[in-house]
Amino acid sequence: MDILQILLTESFWAATLRIATPLIFGVLGALICEKAGVLNLGIEGIFVAGAMAGWMAVWFGFSLWTGLLVAIFVGGFFGLIHAILTVPLGLSQHVSGLGVTMLATSVSYFTYRTALPKVSSPPKIEPFQPFDVPFLSELPFIGPILSQQTAMTWLAILMVGLVWWVFNRTPLGLSIRAVGDNPDAVDAQGLSVYGIRIGSIIVGSSIMALGGAFLTMSAFDSFFFGMVNGRGWICIALVIFASWRPGKALLGAILFGAFDAFQVRLQTEVGAFLPSQVFLMAPYVLSIIALVIVARRAEYPRALLKPWFKGAR
Amino acid sequence: MIRIEPREMPSKWWTIGIPIISAFVAILLASIPLTLAGANIFEAYRQMANGIFGSTFAFTEMLTRATPLIFTGLAATIAFRAKLWNIGAEGQLYLGAMAAVAVGTGLIDAPAFILIPIILLAGALSGAIGMAAPTYLKTRFGADEVVTTLLLNFIVIIFLQMMLEGPLKDPMGMGWPQSEPIVDNGVLPQLLPRMRIHAGLIIALLTAGLVHLFLSKSIWGFKIRAVGENPSAALHAGINVKRTFMGAAVVSGAIAGLAGVSEVAGLRGYLTTDLSPGFGYTGIVVAMLAGLSPIGVVISAIFIASIFVGADTMSRAIGVSSYLADLVVALSLICVLIGGFIARYKFIRTNKGNV
Repeated sequence: MDILQILLTESFWAATLRIATPLIFGVLGALICEKAGVLNLGIEGIFVAGAMAGWMAVWFGFSLWTGLLVAIFVGGFFGLIHAILTVPLGLSQHVSGLGVTMLATSVSYFTYRTALPKVSSPPKIEPFQPFDVPFLSELPFIGPILSQQTAMTWLAILMVGLVWWVFNRTPLGLSIRAVGDNPDAVDAQGLSVYGIRIGSIIVGSSIMALGGAFLTMSAFDSFFFGMVNGRGWICIALVIFASWRPGKALLGAILFGAFDAFQVRLQTEVGAFLPSQVFLMAPYVLSIIALVIVARRAEYPRALLKPWFKGAR
Repeated sequence: MIRIEPREMPSKWWTIGIPIISAFVAILLASIPLTLAGANIFEAYRQMANGIFGSTFAFTEMLTRATPLIFTGLAATIAFRAKLWNIGAEGQLYLGAMAAVAVGTGLIDAPAFILIPIILLAGALSGAIGMAAPTYLKTRFGADEVVTTLLLNFIVIIFLQMMLEGPLKDPMGMGWPQSEPIVDNGVLPQLLPRMRIHAGLIIALLTAGLVHLFLSKSIWGFKIRAVGENPSAALHAGINVKRTFMGAAVVSGAIAGLAGVSEVAGLRGYLTTDLSPGFGYTGIVVAMLAGLSPIGVVISAIFIASIFVGADTMSRAIGVSSYLADLVVALSLICVLIGGFIARYKFIRTNKGNV
């Protein structure tokens, strides 16, 4: 009975949204890249880079919003590297993505260590604060949950709508989808397959970086080594789970957040009987199970992982 | 105008030249972060070289560091040849190490020539299971092995923490989460007195030789290549694609497991959660630099180990963060990818209008 009551507490749902926010950014970013036909395993490193760069900009005295812009820019830069390697050069998307992850992670760690050589405890910034949204925060039950969220969570939710609108209602979205399904057809229309793919990867990577920035600028107030901790890889699994649909991506991220928030609370209820690691393992196990369940039915973008060369039909 | 045409076969010089040039370019590119960090570049490179060739001890330290990288590089090589994306060598390494301490800390009392093979076998088996599981999920359910092996790395590390606080915990460890030490008969022999270099290196070199024979001379090696190059053509040629994947997975996982055994039974003596600073992931770079050649893996593992050991020395001497090593490793991977592209194409200068 106690266990089910967890689901009725405001703090549980507030935590769910907080855990889901970086995943929403990450899943949307990965989804945009994959819709255009390119898997971006750089995500884990881009999370690290976004977390470090955004935080560092603020630590050096810039505003939080400028910090986000810096994160976006840095994410886009690493996206550009992945785009050059995988689109015009047509190299293995797996290996290139892992290379970008290694590069982005090591550049971030090196920069952090170089800029702050002698810190024992990580320095803190003043992160995004929760705020009351007019009308919404007065609703019963939902209001207090929403009042505990920061601007970045709202940005993530708005972003879901924006990405949905672009993919389903604009010619641009149609071209991105086409480039991931049938690049030859896009080329025949006189559009640039390279251009659309490169642009999609850069934009997708910028959004991924926001997921990282959320960790250091909203969820916590400082940067730690290893703080991303596989969140990027979980996003790659969630994209498949969401069948490359923005709405389902939001749902998947929130389900995941709910599960994670639930296991933390369950741990305090039944922690005496099970080692805490069983609970720590749960999110990763859950991702694998979700992947196994949906894998066969997943409708991959047809040109995903397939390099395309102009005039090489 | 420059016209780009694919080559039928990359020339032999390119195949050997590209990794060497890539490694060189990566080291040169490292001068940019070095300068930004305010270091004297020449002094930095001198210290790095000093850390590798400065003394017999330095050189053996480098070979000690290369040992696990040879194993993980070979693990990646076999899997990638079959286009089976085993990104889980890190987890398989820890599975191997866990099996090694499970059987090697007093469970079995036997002379060294029996106990050491048992420990190696246990580690290999454990690593093999660690890769067979995601491969089964791939062939049976179509679950992408990239994602599952990546996530398994995290699961294994957490599982290891659980074991080190539970059944594998050393009661004499002053409360630290570490395993009991490997018994004397299970420790891999040292190769030189007062040096840390151990027989793991010999096992790694033997494994590289065996993998080379396996891939180039055996029917299995041929099947792995065929499946990697074109799974549907391989299927039509009568090759059992799923079985081939599973075979590559088992061998790949087993070798990654041996990396863990070698580290725990050859170098550390006991198991902690920081046994590997990402050897599994670095193995991917080792394999790519080697152009997925088992003999090349030995050379590129030595190169990457030099970068790490050299950067450690440089870091101690002039205070630049040793994360520089990870940066150079990542840059070498990206350089060798680009180099591989250049090798596969001819660049022909053409006059405008004369296409």
